[in-house]
Order: sequence, then structure tokens, then C-alpha cells
Amino acid sequence: MGFLHRHRGLTPYLLLAPGIVFLAVFFLVPLGFLGQQSLESGDFAVGYSFTWAWGNYWDAIHQYHAWLVRSLLYAGLATLLALVISYPLAYWIAFRGGRWKNLLLVMIIAPFFVTYLIRTLAWQTILADQGPVVRILRDVHILGANGRLLATSTAVVAGITYNFLPFMALPLYVSLESIDKRLIEAAEDLYASSAQAFLRVTLPLSLPGVVAGTLLTFIPATGDFINAQLLGTPRQAMIGNVIQSKFFNLLDYPGAAALSFTLMAAVLILIAIYARVIGTEKLTG
Amino acid sequence: MNHRLTRQELLRRAAFGAALASVPGFAAACGGSSGSSGASGTTTQQLASTLRFSNWPLYMDYVTKTKRYPTLDAFTKKYGVKVDYKEDINSNSEFFGKIQGPLSRGQSINRDLIVLTDNEQYLALMLQKGWAEKLDKDAIPNIKNLVDVQRHPGFDPNREYTLPWQSGMTGIAYNSKLTKPILTIDQLLEDKSLKGRVTVLNSWADTLGLVMLSNGDNPSKITDESFKNALDRVKAASDSGQIRQFTGNDYTGPLSKGDLKACVSWSGDITQLADPKLKWNAPKEGGMIWTDNMLIPKGGNIYTASFYMNYAYTPAVAAKIAAYIQYVTPVKGAREVLAKTDPELANNQLIFPDEATLSRVHLIDPEALKNQKYNEQWQAVLGA
Repeated sequence: MGFLHRHRGLTPYLLLAPGIVFLAVFFLVPLGFLGQQSLESGDFAVGYSFTWAWGNYWDAIHQYHAWLVRSLLYAGLATLLALVISYPLAYWIAFRGGRWKNLLLVMIIAPFFVTYLIRTLAWQTILADQGPVVRILRDVHILGANGRLLATSTAVVAGITYNFLPFMALPLYVSLESIDKRLIEAAEDLYASSAQAFLRVTLPLSLPGVVAGTLLTFIPATGDFINAQLLGTPRQAMIGNVIQSKFFNLLDYPGAAALSFTLMAAVLILIAIYARVIGTEKLTG
Repeated sequence: MNHRLTRQELLRRAAFGAALASVPGFAAACGGSSGSSGASGTTTQQLASTLRFSNWPLYMDYVTKTKRYPTLDAFTKKYGVKVDYKEDINSNSEFFGKIQGPLSRGQSINRDLIVLTDNEQYLALMLQKGWAEKLDKDAIPNIKNLVDVQRHPGFDPNREYTLPWQSGMTGIAYNSKLTKPILTIDQLLEDKSLKGRVTVLNSWADTLGLVMLSNGDNPSKITDESFKNALDRVKAASDSGQIRQFTGNDYTGPLSKGDLKACVSWSGDITQLADPKLKWNAPKEGGMIWTDNMLIPKGGNIYTASFYMNYAYTPAVAAKIAAYIQYVTPVKGAREVLAKTDPELANNQLIFPDEATLSRVHLIDPEALKNQKYNEQWQAVLGA
């Protein structure tokens, strides 16, 4: 105790230490290895060696930019959809949920009790050509007689949206729930209509939740490969599928590593722009 | 670079791991892994208490009611060796991806026997990298039952490391309730009535092999041109939406459910599904043939694994396995055993192909499998 008393300034660092050590060991060190691997050349049979092979990055961008763009697009669409679905949901639970709040929240998380893979496989059954959804959509002529959902972009985006929905809904709920209701009453006292009160009080106050939710959804969704693989066709393949096939099928570890870094850079740049537009103070609430 | 060190490490771990399992296992692991196979025969060869065996799904005789594998049970009963049988190989590439990490670090993968296919690069890579143990041939007298055509494959000319498990043929399967018979690759890739209801296999030797035959090219002697022609045809069919997906074993579910009308498929899968509306045939222009090979990964128990191989090469056992899984057995004498009990099965061309059938199926060019350019171009068509 005496030591800590004398060096009070150290306390924050000591509190931070476990987290920093954890990040260093399980994130920074592997990232360093990955970075090194991305600059190697050679082939699997003979072995790879470190040669500052920056060409791997050029290959990654040059050959696979279409997949990169598609991944960002699908993830963006899924994030937007998740936001549009989650916001009213979270709003309703936060303001009108009453004593059902906890139950409703559990229902949002309930699918997570089943593993990711099984959840996505379930969608294969739901969207199957001979399944109920397709039959109904055909009957009401939204889909043509030979139309299908499985193995289309729609299925992939829908799958991603479904799988990441709780990551959007929960932060939204937290930020909406923490809004002081008296602020809305005050707005109404000052002759704001419900719509105005929502737009000028509730929405701005819930923005930290929107930002947290979009980031939590968008970032993992860009690297997702399960949905594209199980619900799509080769024409829906995302960058995660490319990285996976480079790693497992082609045994091209440097190529896979370079692609991973490229993806990370692309996502970081997009987020930096996003933060710039929204304003960084919103990120932290 | 520190090859010696990792090898020592491997021996230490393998011996230690086996010692934990059983004392006889310890002796066997030492006798085996020391690589002194030249001096084997009189050394302390004892069976381990458990054989750890990884294989593909639907690849062992199985009784659904009791959930038992009869030939494995018989092995345990006769020799006192339990079999830890796992159906955890779904694709050569994925399984190789899983085991290459530990193997490259000189660690054991806790398997004594695994099964890889000769029509992808991974089997040859296992041998090239030195990740397979030499078979203890003294423990496998039944190797004499190996069919002649399988004795000298390019990747293992004297069968020092591998033995065939089963062979199979690649052809076309179709759902006769949903479509007219699909007998050619032309129909599969170009018939508009199948659009979006077709899958092909995700290993190029299977799929492009068939397309090359359809193009009039020889898949056993691949040129850049014949490869490109076949690839372009598959790419066009994929781009147009004719081909819905590239699959592994997982095409069977959608095919029986009716999501697929036709697909490139392995012979035994369809006979095993025993669904009268599903039909299989080698295309008119010819089919492909491949072989799954057993091998002992580094650190596996050589004697116990070799001993099991010997058991599997007993004609009576091979006949039981073949009768159930309905792939081509590499064991001489199995047919004669079956002819006594089930003559119809003994005449089944998918299990015991005759000269006429064999003349219609082709081996893939082994050199082309190693061609990284081909592999890359194929992955690009697969969409990733």
C-alpha cells in the first residue's frame, strides 16, 4: 500500500495494465506477425521467406478490389437495414416496454444462444426454393415463377442484417433508455410537436448509440464470409471468402495476410471519414 | 532450418502423449517414430489401446439403429484396440489447413490415420513436406491384395507412405422428378431449363476434368490451352447464373430437397442416399476417377495404424465396407466374397467397375495439380 500512496500517479497505469497487456499479447503481437507475413514471398512447398514483398499489396488491391467494394457495399447495406429495423424496436422497448423490457431484450439476444453457423444454415432452409417464404412471394407475384431468394445478393444482405441485428439494437437501446424523459417533456412544454421533439431532442441524444451500433455492425460485417458462402453464389463472394480461400485452398499465406491488412486499412479509412462527418465527440457520447 | 530440433520435439511429444494413453502405446510410439523402419520387424511392436482415425463422412459401414460401425467394432473385439473414429474430413483443403499448423511446428495432430484424396495438391504436399510416417509394411502382409493399378502412383511410387482407402468416380447426378435425364456436360452447363439449379464440385480436378472430356481434351495430360478452355466454359456458366454454387460433399442435401435439379457428383454418394428419384451416371464423353488414400501423419502410432490397414485389406472386411459405402474398393478378393452373399452388389459397376467402365473414366494429370497458376485461376472462378 505504501508504494501506491507514494506514487499515486501510477494508479491509472496500473489499472490500465491488464487491458494493455492483453491487447499487446493477443492483438498487437499477432498483428505484427501478420504484417511480417504479408511481406513474404515464395511458395508453400518450398517455404515462405521475408523479402519486403510490397507487391503482395498491389496484387491484393489490383486483383481483388471488386470483392473489397462488394464487401463494403453489402456491409453498408446490412448496417443501414439493421439501423432502420432496430431504431423503432429499441425506441419502443426503451419508452413503451414497461415491465416487458427485460423479456423483450432477452428476445433480441435469444438467437445468439444458437451458434452463428446454425443460425445461418437455418436461413438456408427458410429461403429454400421449395420453402414457405419463396412460395408466398411467388404467390403474390413479388417473385417470378422461377424466382428464388437463396443464392442471391438479397439473401446475403438479409443474412448479414439478421446475424448482426443485436449489435445494433442493444447500443441503441442503451442510449435511448438513458435519455432523461423530462427533456422531452420540456420540449413539449415549449410547444414542440412530437416530431420536433423527436428530431431535436431524442434523436441527437441517441446518436452515440447510433454510432456505436453502426460501428459494431459494419466492422465485423465487412469481414464476414459465412453468409456469402452459405446464402450466396460465387457472384456474391465477399473479401472474407477470398482471404479464406487464399489461406486454405491456395496456401498463399502472404497474399491472405496482405488482403487482411488492406481490408483493415479500408475499414479504418471509412471509419475515420465517418467520425469526421458525425463528429468525434459523438463516438464517446 | 532447425529441422533437427523440431524433430526431437516431435518425438518427445509423441512419446509423451502415447505414454499418457498407455504403456504399450509408449513402446509402439518409440519403436515407430524413431524412423528406424529398416530395423523393424523384431522390435517391440505392440498395439496402442486406441486407434485415432479421421475419415470423410459416409465412408464406413454403419448401422443407423445401433449407431455402431460393425467392422470397427469387430476390430476392437478381435484385437482389443478401441477406435476413436471421427468423420471430420469434409474437404482436403480445409482439413489440410487445420493440420498444417501443428505439423509444421513438429507437433502431433493426435491422429494415427487420416484419409486424403489424390486429385488435389494436399496429399502430395504431405509427403513432400515429410509430414507422413513410413508404413510398417511388415505389419501389412495383406498389401498383396492391393489391386495392380494402384501399386505405383506418382506421388508415392512404391506405396511407402500411403494405401488406398477407396476410389470413386465423378459424374453427373440429377433429380429425375424435376428434370429429364442429364447425361452430358453440355446439358448441365447450357440447358436453360436447369438455370440456377446446378452445382459443380469445388475441386477443379473433378469439375474441369469432366468439362475437358466434354471438350474432347485429355484430362490426364493437361495443357494450358485445354485448362483455359474448360475454365472459360465453367466461368461462363457461373457468370450466367446457370451454376448456382461450387460445393463439397454438401450438395447432397439440396439435391434431395429439390433445390438442385442436377449437379456434378461423386458416384457413391448417390447410391448411398438410396433415393429412387436421384440418378447418377458418368457423362457420355467420360467420367473422372480418383482415390482416397490412408496415411499416418507425423506423430501417429505407426504400428497400430499399419495393423489396422492390414485389417481393412482383408477381403472379407473390405467387402463389408464396400457393400455399405458403395465406392470402388482397392482390395482384391472383396468381390469374390460379396459374390457369395450378394451377387447383385458384386456386379455393381460403381463398386466393381469392369474393363468397359474403367475405360470410360480418367485420372487427372498429377503435374497439373501442383500448378499454382491453375489453382489460382480456379479459385478466381469460384468467386474468391
